[in-house]
Amino acid sequence: MSEFLAMDGYAMFLWPAYAVTLLALVANIVIARRAHAAARLEARRRLAIEEEESQQS
Amino acid sequence: MNWTWFHRLASPPHIYGIAGTLTPWFAWPAGMLIVTALYAGLVLAPPDYQQGEGFRIIYVHAPSAWLSVMVYGVMATAAAVGLIWRMKVAHAVAASCAGIGAWFTVVSLITGMLWGKPMWGTYWVWDPRLTAQLILLFLFFGYMGLRAGIDDLGRADRASAVLAIIGVINIPIIRYSVEWWNSIHQAPSVMKMDRPSMPMDMLLPLLMMLLGFTLYFAAVLLVRLRAEILRRERSAGWLKEALR
Repeated sequence: MSEFLAMDGYAMFLWPAYAVTLLALVANIVIARRAHAAARLEARRRLAIEEEESQQS
Repeated sequence: MNWTWFHRLASPPHIYGIAGTLTPWFAWPAGMLIVTALYAGLVLAPPDYQQGEGFRIIYVHAPSAWLSVMVYGVMATAAAVGLIWRMKVAHAVAASCAGIGAWFTVVSLITGMLWGKPMWGTYWVWDPRLTAQLILLFLFFGYMGLRAGIDDLGRADRASAVLAIIGVINIPIIRYSVEWWNSIHQAPSVMKMDRPSMPMDMLLPLLMMLLGFTLYFAAVLLVRLRAEILRRERSAGWLKEALR
């Protein structure tokens, strides 16, 4: 196992490269889902305001 | 010719619904491919005869570099479609691409530096391939900056589309930089006319990663696109439908 982790001396280059890539993969999922959730919330708020206005007129 | 099917296809509510249905069909295969390729690339593939275990950086470097260029291609194509046919959804696709593209351009640069240090002895050289990839990052940033700087959505769409289309010049420069100039960067191992210059047990994890990253991009793009469509539809009645 420690031999695997050492990667024949390349560990200090290889693992950071994998870590950065994994971070980007996860981060982009989180960013996209948050953007969608925020847009839904915003749209719902917009709809509520519109309905209120139409009731008043 | 009857174009109504085309307009219905490109209508925001239709795309919003389709995007939601399609997302898991890209996301799950992407996840399975990437996890399998991770194991195959790190454990099953044999060490390289020149680079030893260090070559395994290819399994994260090449897919992210591929993604950066592919995302730019999708972005520029969508921008061109939006500009020519005045299609709002196409502009929304282009706008959704930029952030993802910028992320993976950064990843390709960082993983490339981490590969360059042990193999070339330096993190960075002003080599044609590396410089062109850095320009790609600036193109993504420029595109996003331009959009953020223009309040009117229609004008932001058109101006950023023009920038995206002009930037396409950089794509063949990235692709052929290692052949046109004396580059320190190694030549393509997979995407070339001849047979791939890798044995099967090295190549297969890489192909799985490339496909996995591509499907991953499709899934993330669809989610971002849904957000973008919601943001753009100001008073449309279908919002009520979509938000249920």
